[in-house]
Amino acid sequence: MTSDHDPAAEGAEVPVLAVENLSVRFRMRGGRDIAAVTDARFSVAPGECLALVGESGCGKSVLASALLGLLPGNAETTGSAVLGGDTDLLTADERTLARTVRGRRIGLVPQSPAAHLTPVRTVRAQVEESLRELTGVRGSALGKAALVAAARAAFPEGHLDRYPHELSGGLAQRAATALALIGDAPLLLADEPTTGLDRDLVERTVDELRRHTDEGRALLIITHDLAAAERIADRVAVMYAGRIVEIADAAPFFGAPGPRHPYARGLLDALPERDFAPIPGMPPELGALPDGCAFAARCAYADARCTDERPAFASDLACHHAPTGRTHPLKEAADA
Amino acid sequence: MLELTRITAGYDRRDPVVREVSLHVAAGEAVGLLGPSGCGKSTLAKVAALLHRPDAGTVTLDGTVVRGWRHRAPREQRTAVGVVFQQPRLSADPRLSLRELIAQPLRSTGRRRDVPERVAELAPLVGLSEELLERRPHAVSDGQLQRACLARALVLEPRLLICDEMTAMLDASTTAALVAVVERYRSESGAALLAVGHDRVLLERWCDRTVRWGERTAGSERVAVG
Repeated sequence: MTSDHDPAAEGAEVPVLAVENLSVRFRMRGGRDIAAVTDARFSVAPGECLALVGESGCGKSVLASALLGLLPGNAETTGSAVLGGDTDLLTADERTLARTVRGRRIGLVPQSPAAHLTPVRTVRAQVEESLRELTGVRGSALGKAALVAAARAAFPEGHLDRYPHELSGGLAQRAATALALIGDAPLLLADEPTTGLDRDLVERTVDELRRHTDEGRALLIITHDLAAAERIADRVAVMYAGRIVEIADAAPFFGAPGPRHPYARGLLDALPERDFAPIPGMPPELGALPDGCAFAARCAYADARCTDERPAFASDLACHHAPTGRTHPLKEAADA
Repeated sequence: MLELTRITAGYDRRDPVVREVSLHVAAGEAVGLLGPSGCGKSTLAKVAALLHRPDAGTVTLDGTVVRGWRHRAPREQRTAVGVVFQQPRLSADPRLSLRELIAQPLRSTGRRRDVPERVAELAPLVGLSEELLERRPHAVSDGQLQRACLARALVLEPRLLICDEMTAMLDASTTAALVAVVERYRSESGAALLAVGHDRVLLERWCDRTVRWGERTAGSERVAVG
């Protein structure tokens, strides 16, 4: 899917986004702590799509909010998330985020476009407003620029004068994507962009996002839809109970030899086109995580070590078992 | 079990969403109804669940023609059907604990005394712990809330279960878990199922047969005209 003459290929050494040891804690009343994200580490390069997958409530969306500086007041973040090699999103002040980052350096494709768009204004009005704010286009050029902006996200010209409630789910999604693309941000952040859409629309939406990635943007897509992730991603990061437990190239992850982490394997095996067998039990509460591996209680391979000791994230994997090569060779071995 | 004959339904009589649709679900059968977003399949599911009165056509439940919808439906018909919707947040009263949510159908049919026993039976079946049962919807995930909504649909032991995009918001593992709960209930009770959705792979794996919206099926059965 990636084009051979990638215009951004030479800049590939500097990741668009480099996240190191990112943790988010929510301080709750009564001194309780919710560990929503713990020690997340990943990077996204230009022209690359990283899919962050996991069950609902595993901390995926909190991570997205942290990157945009949109966490509520009781959240505490540690670690770093460096955008374009110069701006740490976790320490940047609100003024910097509002004036230079959101929309300009990170475009957000939201979870429910119908709720993201302003209900009382037409799509054209919203596109033109974003153009004025982000690109400085004024006056008579604005109308033309709006058409171009709409066309980039394949939003039909004839629907520009409609209000959000008059759009179907797919068109609302495209309108939101058009707005996200206006600032020409090098990083697109798509938070569950396909929730509630039917299969055809899911495929169209992710194919369009892939197209924008192939133009040289980096895309971080957060989703629980494994089929959508398989269709679009270059790499996959699996999140469980606030931690990234595995990062893998998409092709071996979805094909052979498959995921290395037992949780990731369980998630894929739950698909109706595979075993359709659920992972037993439910994820632990983020406010009461066990001392050992958070997945141990649901894992068929768990032993005493798993319940006592938290596995470190090494070689893109956080599991006591896989490094012994029980099921799959290590990534380095496969690459050699 | 359920017979929908030439149903026309919608929210504006001049422009119905569903036109002359027929569908048949035999006793104990699992039928999947497939269709794209916005085709009217949820409206049809509401008609079948006795929650939306059609403009024309007849609904027959267990051989009895349905004459009233919503509160006008007789209790024995209303309680024969259990429904699970797509969005658990929109179908759960935020003021109720999950325990009370599950118990609600028992209370509104005067079976208050059965509450402790039925909730204790159903909670482990859908995978809800005692601790989760005490929480209110804002304090649980979508998947956990949908588990409670499924338990609520099963609490009166319906003979027909209608699942309208029950798993569209959920991850793969929770989807498989909830489908397993439905199938276990059906194998024990012999209940029929109408599962509405857009995921072909899921419905073909789950149901005895699937019917595509807008497609003519065997016999005179016909699902919608475009």
